[in-house]
Amino acid sequence: MINKILKKRILIQDRVSEITIYAPHIARKARPGNFAVLRLSARGERIPLTIADRDPEKGTIVIVYLVLGKTTALLDTLDEGDAILDLCGPLGKPTEIIKQGEVCCVGGGTGIAAMHHIAKGNFEAGNDVISIIGARSKDLLLFKPELERISSRVLVATDDGTMGHKGFVTEVLEKYLQESRSVKEVVGVGPVPMMKAVAKVTGSFNVRTVVSLNSIMVDGIGMCGACRVSVGGEIRFACVDGPEFDASRVDFDELMMRLGAFRDQEKKSMELFKRAESHDQKS
Amino acid sequence: MTKKAKAKVKPRVKMSMLDPVERGRVFSEVALGYQIQDAVSEARRCLQCKKPTCIKGCPVEVDCKSFINLVAQEEFEDAFRVIKDTNSLPAICGRVCPQENQCERTCKLRPTGQPIAIGRLERFVADNFYARNSCEEETGFMECILPDENLKVAAIGSGPSSLTLAGFLAARGVKVTTFEALHEPGGVLVYGIPEFRLPKSVVKREVDSLKHLGVEFKCNFVGGMTFTLDDLFAQGYKAVFIGVGAGLPRFMNLDGENLIGVYSANEYLTRVNLMHAYKFPDYDTPVPRGDKVIVIGGGNVAMDAARTAYRLGASNVRVVYRRTKGEMPARREELEHALDEGIELEILASPLSFWGDESHHLQRVLLQKMELGQPDSSGRRSPVPIDGQTFELEADMAIMAVGTGANRILTQTTPELKLNKRGNIEVDQATGETSVPMVFAGGDIVTGAATVVLAMGAGRLAAKEILKRIK
Ligand SMILES: Cc1cc2nc3c(=O)[nH]c(=O)nc-3n(C[C@H](O)[C@H](O)[C@H](O)COP(=O)(O)OP(=O)(O)OC[C@H]3O[C@@H](n4cnc5c(N)ncnc54)[C@H](O)[C@@H]3O)c2cc1C
Ligand SMILES: Cc1cc2nc3c(=O)[nH]c(=O)nc-3n(C[C@H](O)[C@H](O)[C@H](O)COP(=O)(O)OP(=O)(O)OC[C@H]3O[C@@H](n4cnc5c(N)ncnc54)[C@H](O)[C@@H]3O)c2cc1C
Ligand code: SF4
Ligand code: SF4
Ligand code: FES
Repeated sequence: MINKILKKRILIQDRVSEITIYAPHIARKARPGNFAVLRLSARGERIPLTIADRDPEKGTIVIVYLVLGKTTALLDTLDEGDAILDLCGPLGKPTEIIKQGEVCCVGGGTGIAAMHHIAKGNFEAGNDVISIIGARSKDLLLFKPELERISSRVLVATDDGTMGHKGFVTEVLEKYLQESRSVKEVVGVGPVPMMKAVAKVTGSFNVRTVVSLNSIMVDGIGMCGACRVSVGGEIRFACVDGPEFDASRVDFDELMMRLGAFRDQEKKSMELFKRAESHDQKS
Repeated sequence: MTKKAKAKVKPRVKMSMLDPVERGRVFSEVALGYQIQDAVSEARRCLQCKKPTCIKGCPVEVDCKSFINLVAQEEFEDAFRVIKDTNSLPAICGRVCPQENQCERTCKLRPTGQPIAIGRLERFVADNFYARNSCEEETGFMECILPDENLKVAAIGSGPSSLTLAGFLAARGVKVTTFEALHEPGGVLVYGIPEFRLPKSVVKREVDSLKHLGVEFKCNFVGGMTFTLDDLFAQGYKAVFIGVGAGLPRFMNLDGENLIGVYSANEYLTRVNLMHAYKFPDYDTPVPRGDKVIVIGGGNVAMDAARTAYRLGASNVRVVYRRTKGEMPARREELEHALDEGIELEILASPLSFWGDESHHLQRVLLQKMELGQPDSSGRRSPVPIDGQTFELEADMAIMAVGTGANRILTQTTPELKLNKRGNIEVDQATGETSVPMVFAGGDIVTGAATVVLAMGAGRLAAKEILKRIK
């Protein structure tokens, strides 16, 4: 059945899961950097999630989500065998991948999942992939084994020091850029403050840097402008002009502000959802 | 017509409306439509001209004279057939056509100021005598030919142009599949035009009747992303129609335009209409609820956004337009409805910049005073800024309704399609065919933002040509 969840893997209990969805028409076309928009119920919201991997032969795509609010919490209630009501994709411009040598892929938190597909694309194009990943602690590091298969090195940073460098990925990145002068490009996917910090670090090394922006989206096909971001002082739509942009030109502070536009309503949605859920469990 | 004759003309039969105060805050349809007696009286005012001019004013050439005559004789079903002959979506056109610029403009009675209310009559006939059988609606015959599964045509986008094309071809035995990027078919009719002007049930009825005819709707399929034109031909489609619309919202590139509280009309209306955000939190999509709202623009889109904001609880809504009221491109009826409901106008003004608080929320808008100068290429006097005259308005929400451009997602990924410099698809005027053989296009993606009935006309033109070529 179309849009059916074939496999669900809990990566971090109640927080992050990976689902493999049967969607052959999307799997056939999806490339690194693309995302999909999904809607779970007739009253549901449309939310964008990155396509973290795909298998055109099996007709499947992989999505990794972090439970943040109502829609992702609802997604987390689905199990193997359930189907996603609406799944639209692939969307966004795919990552521009050229064979160029050493490429540094930096991922933070759930962003590692999205970064994985880009790293894999670079590996398949014959580039030498250096993966730098970070999370709050060791248990929250995603896709490490997968990345080890396609990277010549995987460098790790954790906030609490339970694995790798104690501190931020950007510190690891900076050190690496000092050591290796052959990095042709840096790709950064993660929370906005992380991507901002990546841009700052690579700016001083003058390396081409691309970040994947996660602005609020409604349609995902260029018709609403909700996702607009300032790049080089101009308005660009993340869903059709991006989501990847030249990091040195992105106004990260504005993006961060805009991500908070609906915070009160999102909180209310989540509270109502939790209340309904606990009610269900009691009865 | 002599002065005396003019004086004798009876006025148009009024259509009942929800009271402006009552309706101003709810989403129910404002215009309630004619009752049978109203329709018959209105139809009987028609002169049944020897050389009717009304028909020429209609882009799809509805035979107004004949259908009105049938209404006058209370032959409503026959009237319905006459309309359906050239217009596949009369319940929609009767509601949203800018009739004052089309059929009613060319009506012989127009010089009296009391042209026949053709749109209202059309809506009446469609609403009340919506034939029970989908096939009959399309063709006037009780039974349609079953679609030939091998005679496949694809339509990309599901706005009025594609819906018209699908109806025309399906009724003639062609298997049509419509690919829509969003999760619901209908185009602007579902994501743009609000419920209080065009109930979604009216659109659904049209879509359902096409389904009965064997038209297939595939939602969440994005042309250029989920599939390409080549994929469609490889799957055996004999022809493709592109009706992807002009949904790209324009911004003005002003300081502060990305503040929280500044929205494109498309975002605002999509949240409210397609995503039903006005029923938040029953529906999940949030919508901002502005208190002092400013809408920039003067067309139908601006009116829809303004009236929506008022319905969502704003205490004050102002439409800021750079020319004067007379030049506003909105349908007259919509403008009047908006004013009746309490929307205010701020004419001869244009925004210069938006200002927010420390948390990036909009607080006020700086505007430039304008005056009318020389007529421009459109014949309208163009607005020019008055040096040094600026003023501020307080606002916690601003909605940009300053026009839309061609949708890019398909054209960006399909370089073989020839575009004009504004990004619209170029077609052969006589057939609707694009630079790619057997690929046709029509509606807003070709003309730029226009009207429902023009998009339908384009769908019909392409459908006729496709039928000729594939049968
Ligand atoms: C291109 C793109 C790719 C993404 N990929 C992933 C991914 O692979 N995995 C993942 O976990 N998350 C991803 N996100 C973020 C994800 O879309 C949001 O976490 C999700 O929409 C939250 O919805 P919610 O209802 O659960 O939470 P809410 O409570 O509604 O929102 C929580 C926060 O998420 C953001 N958000 C809310 N609604 C939207 C929306 N419609 N679009 C975008 N952001 C929104 C806001 O910052 C909000 O404060 C991606 C976002 C974008 C734009
Ligand atoms: C708010 C508003 C009010 C209006 N009011 C009036 C009015 O009162 N009277 C009037 O006559 N006209 C009005 N118009 C204009 C009228 O709605 C349009 O001219 C008409 O809908 C254009 O029809 P279309 O067939 O070109 O496609 P649209 O209605 O624009 O629909 C295009 C569809 O294609 C889909 N699409 C886009 N890209 C792709 C893709 N790559 N793959 C698949 N699908 C895709 C879109 O999601 C959309 O559903 C209004 C417009 C707006 C926005
Ligand atoms: S389709 Fe529109 S323009 Fe034509 S007759 Fe009907 S209301 Fe008038
Ligand atoms: S022009 Fe006006 S009066 Fe004459 S036939 Fe047409 S609708 Fe009737
Ligand atoms: S999400 Fe609507 S334009 Fe990008």
